[in-house]
Amino acid sequence: MDVAAATKLGAGIAVIALAGVGIGIGNIFSALVTSIARNPSARDQVFGLGILGFALTEAVALFALLIAFLILFT
Amino acid sequence: MAAAAADHAAPTIDALSQFKLEPLGFIGGAVNFTQANLLMVIGSALVLALLYYGSKPRAVVPGRLQAAAELAYDFTYNMAVEQIGPEGKRYFPFVFTLFFFVLMGNMLGLVPFSFTYTSHIAVTAALAILVIVIVTAVSLIEHGWNFFTYFFPSGAPVWLAPLIVPIEIISYLSRPVSLSIRLFANMVAGHVMFAVFAAFIVMMGSAGTFGIAAAIGPLAVNVVLMGFELLVAALQAYVFAILTCIYLHDAVHLH
Repeated sequence: MDVAAATKLGAGIAVIALAGVGIGIGNIFSALVTSIARNPSARDQVFGLGILGFALTEAVALFALLIAFLILFT
Repeated sequence: MAAAAADHAAPTIDALSQFKLEPLGFIGGAVNFTQANLLMVIGSALVLALLYYGSKPRAVVPGRLQAAAELAYDFTYNMAVEQIGPEGKRYFPFVFTLFFFVLMGNMLGLVPFSFTYTSHIAVTAALAILVIVIVTAVSLIEHGWNFFTYFFPSGAPVWLAPLIVPIEIISYLSRPVSLSIRLFANMVAGHVMFAVFAAFIVMMGSAGTFGIAAAIGPLAVNVVLMGFELLVAALQAYVFAILTCIYLHDAVHLH
């Protein structure tokens, strides 16, 4: 296998981590929707927490994406 | 990049050269004053100008600029006090400075032909190390030697200490790493995505009439991405500031 093909494969494998991140973000927003539906008056407090959780989870996705970019472009 | 270009003759995507630092002019070259430093100066000047001209009128019914300045002040003040507690008042200036420095870096980076200084790990790591040094110093000053009980939560069985203490120390030391890499990775990923889709536009545009029609696709993606990046820019500044507040809360209250 030549290096160019291995690079492309490596970048593809690096972003498999995004599957877990997808599940995580889905969980966060399902919990957010459920909690707001149960207690709409808590929306302001819960929304900030949900966004914080989303940002922390999304960071994991970006680590994987960054590795893929580094493999592809450097 | 160069190696990949040599391997195959297909048009390549030069996504990382946008993060290259360029010294500005002769004087800039002599003291290593790059476009990143220029953007930092502009960002700080904008925040200072907002606060100066916003608080100048001191009207009871605020004008637009004063309302914006008060909004910025209130937002970070509430964040600091809600997260840290009443002691948050003391650390509010630090949180405010961090939040707006990062926010300006992220936002100014979205202006075409400008530069995102938060996309450099050197900048974000310096900020994160500053945060962790200040948090540790605050904790040591507030609690003295009691600070080290932070690494062993009260109530845990003593025989678990060899397991818990290293984990707590590692998690404490990994804070600046995750704090800096989160911001830097977000900014780099966003701007690389811009560059990749912009390169798709050029590639399709060079493929004849059908290609030009199809190039509307990546152009639309880039427009949507710009909106998404505005969200990410504000969100990451918020996350950076709120994590600083959470760390300061731990430092002041020790768990």
